[in-house]
Amino acid sequence: MENFSFFPEQASTMATQIDAIYFVLVGLSVIFAVGIAVAVIVFGIRYRKSTSVDRSNPLHESMKLEFAWSFIPFLMAMGIFTWSAFVYYNINTPPTDAVEIYVVGKQWMWQIQHPLGKAELNELHVPINQPVKLIMSSQDVIHSFFVPAFRVKQDVLPGRYTTLWFEATKVGEYHLFCAEYCGTEHSKMTGKVIAMEPQDYQNWLSGGGGGESMVEAGARLFQDNGCASCHIDGEGGRGPNLHGIFGTEVALEGGGTAVVDEAYLRESIYEPGAKVVAGYAPIMPSYQGSISEGGVLQLVAYIKSLSEGQ
Amino acid sequence: MTVSSPPVKLEKPPQNYLNWAFGIKSWLLTTDHKRIAILYLITVTLFFALGGLAASLVRFELITPQGDLMSADNYNKSFTLHGMLMVFFFLIPGIPAVMGNFLIPLMIGAKDLAFPRLNLASWYVFMVGGLFTMTVIVVGGVDTGWTFYTPYSSTYSNGAVILAALGIFAAGFASIFTAINFVVTIHKMRAPGLTWFRLPLFVWAHYATSIIILLGTPVLAITILMVGIERMFKIGIFDPALGGDPLLFQHLFWFYSHPAVYIMVLPSMGVISELITAFTRRRIFGYKAIALSSLAIALLGFLVWGHHMFVSGQSVYAGLVFSAITFMVAIPSAIKVFNWTATLFKGTISFTTPMLYALGFIGLFTIGGLTGLFLGAAAVDVHVTDTYFVVAHFHYVMVGATIMAYMGAIHFWWPKITGKLYNEGWGISSAIIIFVGFNLTFMPQFIMGYLGMPRRYYAYPDEFQIYHIASSAGAAILAFGYVLPLFYLLYSLFFGPKAGDNPWNAKGLEWTTASPPPHENFEETPIVTEEAYAYPVPQKAEVTSGA
Repeated sequence: MENFSFFPEQASTMATQIDAIYFVLVGLSVIFAVGIAVAVIVFGIRYRKSTSVDRSNPLHESMKLEFAWSFIPFLMAMGIFTWSAFVYYNINTPPTDAVEIYVVGKQWMWQIQHPLGKAELNELHVPINQPVKLIMSSQDVIHSFFVPAFRVKQDVLPGRYTTLWFEATKVGEYHLFCAEYCGTEHSKMTGKVIAMEPQDYQNWLSGGGGGESMVEAGARLFQDNGCASCHIDGEGGRGPNLHGIFGTEVALEGGGTAVVDEAYLRESIYEPGAKVVAGYAPIMPSYQGSISEGGVLQLVAYIKSLSEGQ
Repeated sequence: MTVSSPPVKLEKPPQNYLNWAFGIKSWLLTTDHKRIAILYLITVTLFFALGGLAASLVRFELITPQGDLMSADNYNKSFTLHGMLMVFFFLIPGIPAVMGNFLIPLMIGAKDLAFPRLNLASWYVFMVGGLFTMTVIVVGGVDTGWTFYTPYSSTYSNGAVILAALGIFAAGFASIFTAINFVVTIHKMRAPGLTWFRLPLFVWAHYATSIIILLGTPVLAITILMVGIERMFKIGIFDPALGGDPLLFQHLFWFYSHPAVYIMVLPSMGVISELITAFTRRRIFGYKAIALSSLAIALLGFLVWGHHMFVSGQSVYAGLVFSAITFMVAIPSAIKVFNWTATLFKGTISFTTPMLYALGFIGLFTIGGLTGLFLGAAAVDVHVTDTYFVVAHFHYVMVGATIMAYMGAIHFWWPKITGKLYNEGWGISSAIIIFVGFNLTFMPQFIMGYLGMPRRYYAYPDEFQIYHIASSAGAAILAFGYVLPLFYLLYSLFFGPKAGDNPWNAKGLEWTTASPPPHENFEETPIVTEEAYAYPVPQKAEVTSGA
């Protein structure tokens, strides 16, 4: 109980933006609630049964009043909506220069992989004053990545990628919660986010236990699973050439197109028959069950690396 | 001294719906809407008590940060049971199936609802649903939360999901039956002269509610069925591992469950309009605005479900549209609050038990509604969704408002239902205790929610403890407030003074017939010649003391 407070710490750029809307809403709510309470109490006392006051000509309806107390709150509501809409759009639009970190949620833990190979469990180290983008998926049920001090939250779903971004502003340790009920130990699916000075973060990244980077791990998986025998670097492979493919739009067998993004790559590994690139036969087997969600993230990182500098 | 004992009065009490027939069969096979309302009253009270018990377990566990009173599984089962029972077996049927059932025919001057046997069938179907739910408890409970999110519910949970789903499925059909009955009755069976705009607002509110039930509940039924199908036959609908889409469930679930909030709160708004007019002794301010705002809520309420899903991964643009419509749906609710408040102006106000409940409703509903705007603002919702802020908000709306109105209704129409008067002192005490206990329970939850305390947590970091203690203490007061009426109301049943036909001197057809009403409600069909709430208007410049 030593940390008793009324208001959460502000430790990200988003926190100040969201809190501003929150305080305006608190202010408006207090004005409305107190206004109604005062009206009820004043009328209640003045017109209580035992008093003699002028009760003549009570009004039963008034279009003017109805219009006023519909239209003024409506304008206020639309004002708040517009403001919040911009912030919400911002929350959902990660900057392109963000550090990308991969997160897998599973009952009941958070597995985190940094691009250079450092992996951690239920802890996330991030640099301050630098946008960080989390690319997240779940191995089982729906989870939700929630850092109250940053005012950010995003559900983590099985079968697709969701992203969340923030820019920490203060060095410190913050709660990480799973906010979507996920079964027996839901309340134990917690951890911490450790925000560090960028230099300390670099030191931490290059510290012991790093092992291979995500790209290296992905390359190893790519070799081990024999992917390269079909996806050769050049023309004439039984599967599409993956070099330079990330971020492009490909034509699909049977019409239509698809943008090659994280979700498309994941789908093509787990469900290769779903969207086959035009000109290729649907011969690839599914790797569902043999490559984990974490493994897929490494493969995705590797395939992304094949498109860098092209 | 000779004592001439007064002759023993053998006068038969007048025939009413309670003494019209006797025996268990006369109750279980009745088609009288008033008796069916009593059956519903008894059963929803039992479910409320059970749901309250589950809530007590939850609040006890949360007094300390560690999980110590029970296992995590039992905690999860407790809050699931609490939510399921309270939502599907108390809040949704509460006011419509008890008060609406009893009052709508009386208020419109009809002998019964349009389909009396369907009405009885509704209660039986409801009981089947209740039976399934009770079986769930016996076989070990269910731990999905009342929201049954997939793929947890359809694939991962070990609980009795299918049984629980069947329970909700059945309860849904019970409310569909009731809603069909209300719509037809209100359209076809109004007394001569009772035009739409002369209807009591209670009836308008139930009409709007019935439309929501008819449009929304089938969607819930289908959704629940699909969860069952996926769970039993492994047909992929929601689980991505089977090729399904987990968000599809949330869309379908909230398409019903958001309007369901209005199913719970519109009838309460109807009750409040009746109580306020009766105890200010004047016509309601803005009759048409209140009546039509019910319909506006019913329609707009169907277009906001996505505001439960701002962080679920749905498209940003969809989120923005849902956010905008959510702000719009706040307006008709605000209109009602302003009109009720304006009704107090130049009224002749008496602070009886039902009136205190009505004023309590306005207070709690205002807080519930305003905090809804925080959740409608998508950016703020990102932070507060799935925290105690949401828990506090929906308890203010669903419990603070709906149960205040339910209690107000029970007290207001108790003399009509039973023919007896309860003790006003006890009544006023209960209203005040519930109001205080409620705020103490849920106000701290707003603060701890904004601090980041996630909902459905069995153990939590130490810094939230002080708020949990306050909340649990409030819950104890609240529980006392809810138990109190049980005693003095039951006491009044046996020892209370006779109520007379119209103890409140209120307007409305239900007060023109006997208390308790006769089997067929009215000696002869009433003819309506005036507006609703046609209380005498003080003459020009006349100063009235209402005494």
